Amino acid sequence: MTTPAVEFNGVGRHFGSVRAVDDVSFAVATGEFFSMLGPSGSGKTTCLRIIAGFEQPDTGDIRVGGRDMKGVPPYERDVNTVFQDYALFPHMSVADNVAYGLMVTGVDKAKRRERAFEALSMVKLEGLENRRPAQLSGGQRQRVALARALVKKPRVLLLDEPLGALDLKLREQMQVELKALQRQLGITFVYVTHDQAEALSMSDRLAVFNNGRVEQIGTPEAVYENPETAFVAGFVGVSNIVDGAHASRFIDGAHAIAIRPEKMLVLARDDEVPIDGYRAANGTVTDIQYHGSSTRYQVTLDDDVALHVTVPNRDLSGRLKVRQAVQVRWRVEDVHRLRNGSS
Amino acid sequence: MTTAVATAPSLGRRLSNGLYRRPTLLLLLLLAPPLMWLGIVYLGSLFALLAQSFFSIDEFTGLVRREFTLSTYAQLFSPANVDIVLRTALMAAAVTVAAACMGFPIAYYMARCTGPRMKAVFYLAVMLPLWSSYLVRVYAWKLILAKEGILGWFFAQLHLTWLLDAVLALPVIGGASLSVSYIGMFLVFLYIWLPFMILPIQAALERVPPSYLDASSDLGAHPGQTLRHVILPLAFPGIVAGSIFTFSLTLGDYIIPGIVGSSRLFIGQAVFVHQGTAGNIPLAAAFSVVPIVIMAIYLTWAKRLGAFDAL
Amino acid sequence: MRYKASLGLKVAAFGGLAFLHVPLGLIFLYAFTTEDKSYQFPPPGLTTRWFEVAWNRQDIWDALTLSVQVAAVSTVIALVLGTLAAAAVFRSRFFGREAVSLFIILPIALPGIITGISLRSAFNLADIPFSFWTIVLGHATFCVVVVYNNVVARFRRTSASLVEASMDLGADGFQTFRYVVLPNIATALLAGGMLAFALSFDEVIVTTFTAGQQSTLPIWMLTELVRPRQRPVTNVVAVFVIAVTFVPILVAYFLTRDTEHVAGAGK
Repeated sequence: MTTPAVEFNGVGRHFGSVRAVDDVSFAVATGEFFSMLGPSGSGKTTCLRIIAGFEQPDTGDIRVGGRDMKGVPPYERDVNTVFQDYALFPHMSVADNVAYGLMVTGVDKAKRRERAFEALSMVKLEGLENRRPAQLSGGQRQRVALARALVKKPRVLLLDEPLGALDLKLREQMQVELKALQRQLGITFVYVTHDQAEALSMSDRLAVFNNGRVEQIGTPEAVYENPETAFVAGFVGVSNIVDGAHASRFIDGAHAIAIRPEKMLVLARDDEVPIDGYRAANGTVTDIQYHGSSTRYQVTLDDDVALHVTVPNRDLSGRLKVRQAVQVRWRVEDVHRLRNGSS
Repeated sequence: MTTAVATAPSLGRRLSNGLYRRPTLLLLLLLAPPLMWLGIVYLGSLFALLAQSFFSIDEFTGLVRREFTLSTYAQLFSPANVDIVLRTALMAAAVTVAAACMGFPIAYYMARCTGPRMKAVFYLAVMLPLWSSYLVRVYAWKLILAKEGILGWFFAQLHLTWLLDAVLALPVIGGASLSVSYIGMFLVFLYIWLPFMILPIQAALERVPPSYLDASSDLGAHPGQTLRHVILPLAFPGIVAGSIFTFSLTLGDYIIPGIVGSSRLFIGQAVFVHQGTAGNIPLAAAFSVVPIVIMAIYLTWAKRLGAFDAL
Repeated sequence: MRYKASLGLKVAAFGGLAFLHVPLGLIFLYAFTTEDKSYQFPPPGLTTRWFEVAWNRQDIWDALTLSVQVAAVSTVIALVLGTLAAAAVFRSRFFGREAVSLFIILPIALPGIITGISLRSAFNLADIPFSFWTIVLGHATFCVVVVYNNVVARFRRTSASLVEASMDLGADGFQTFRYVVLPNIATALLAGGMLAFALSFDEVIVTTFTAGQQSTLPIWMLTELVRPRQRPVTNVVAVFVIAVTFVPILVAYFLTRDTEHVAGAGK
């Protein structure tokens, strides 16, 4: 196996009594698009800053390209960062911003101009070289920040919620472009985000952070289809989480479980037809939310456990009504047994 | 970076690396010069002065006797000296109240009723006097208050000289002419320190979201009620912040009472006289403790009201 | 949001401004009066001869030279110390950070007479004779805060990630200072330096205690105020002082007006 691009070994970082990062270990493979997903304050950004060298771990060690980063300042690390606020130098033109990393490492003027233009064309910003950052739109600034970080062709590109400030349409467009750029350049991306849809759609693998710890690491499919903790089940997508005391109809033993709303069926009580491999429970519809492409029913079972069931709106003929008696069905293999997370 | 590792690092780079590994050292290097300067030059002198307030002056030789005594403080609390302190504190309080009353409408107008261009004009108009020469501005009032000066002329033109004379005939605040009366001194203090009151109030008012005022009138308050129940409470920290300046500056000033005013001393003058002609450094030191103590109490109170957020 | 002002408010606001500025206009007027024994109003006649008299007075030139030198040296010291302190307070949250801020503001928060007399008695205790440098020592102490306030305000507005971005792109601490920090705080430094110069140029309270026999321009004016000789000459000098201090204040304002208000913390 080749050397991982980034390795965390039991890394901890605390600020006063707050454990921002607590015993985190993972490895990012070379060329991988790796996301760190979690709510704010979960430690994902601190981990990114540790890789960049803006923070030093209090315990454990990190390696970039196999080299121990202890005591190595940011300017001697082969990683570059796209900052959340872009951090473009306001007193420099776009071209000077992009060429900055080359200028301070002594690349001659003609060469750095050429490479800066190259990087700018890569992010489709030709013609804006002489503008100041203040004269650009949010989306353009984002692209300049990206070009500036890519111009040195780092081993690892760190992205700290880079699309957070953009509106929805632009964000979706940039997601596609970023992914394409990463595939084209083959650079390892470490991507911090709190948007689970973004992490699922872009990443090769993702790590879910909560309270300074990694709850689960895996491919988007593995994490979504098989959440291991209540936190992951609730944060990545939507889940019905049933605690151990009420889970006996789903699983043997008193274990908390999760099941996705779209993996369940809901039928009016009078047209029950048994289906192979499905289990069933009776309940009453207590709320209906129409979502356009689907409808979400809240069904309260006889023992007061409330479940959400999402049904695609193929046609509206079979719609149920509030207070209607219904039966909920699910497959045993869609029930996930949860272990205790850190929350 | 690979290029940097390959060549021998420069001295600057090595220093930079060392400081990266020891952030505390960098902090110390940054802090040491300013703190040493202020610590030695300023705090050192201040403490040396305060220490001398515990010495006393030998009545026969006129020399400072360097042993611990509270006799200088006993002297400070003699009726004549307490008069000086009270007189100064009263003047400072009067100036502060007047500055708040006069400054508030200006600050309010600046914050709420001006467009960006007019606001800049107002801001400059308030800031220029604040920064421009203190002495020149005091001097201007000497011209105005002099017996033959513009105020006297103005009253004469209006045939109101009798009114001016009547005011000057009032006990305590009056005097031979405006330029040697407490009224004159009060006007000069007010004039000199007014900008220090306007700017913090303006800053506090700028931070009141206009929607609060709309909400207040939407709920049925007429403008007077909005002013009293919404604007004033929110602007109050700004007023307190401004009052710190007007009060402290009046308390310690010795030039204005010397140029405009009677022969009755103020704290600043007492300090000046005792350290200068009288050569009684211990008493001068004890006198300078007074404004420090008053301001310490004032600042503690102001801090509790949140005035420092408005600075 | 703009609100319509009532007539009373307008009168109070513009009246207040007039109160602040009319006296300065009078200084200007009296510089041209033919009457030099009293402050008679209206002036019996107008003349420009006092400007010529002032020009030929050697004592004024000496005082002016001293003031400019003191202000220049004090400003340089204040620029260095104020910037260092601002950088330290900005870049880390260390124990006692608040205390440092308070400490720097102290020399202007306490009445000037206390600063003055402290320094004077310290010079006496340490047997330091009064000189150019004792004046500078006093002035630099209270000028630090002006620079500090300006630079800290600029730092606060400047995104912390700019420094990180520079380091991230391969610039070491010195390169980052030269290419990123310095260009970003340059106008704040210039503004702070100008205000410090203006502050030192017309400081009188502390100077009376630290100057010994020498006269700065404000000390010269103070002597003239107490014992007037040719009164209109004092006005000529006052007009000059107003002009000299207004220019740096205006420049400082335009350098920093997009950021925070500079002068709020006062002298």
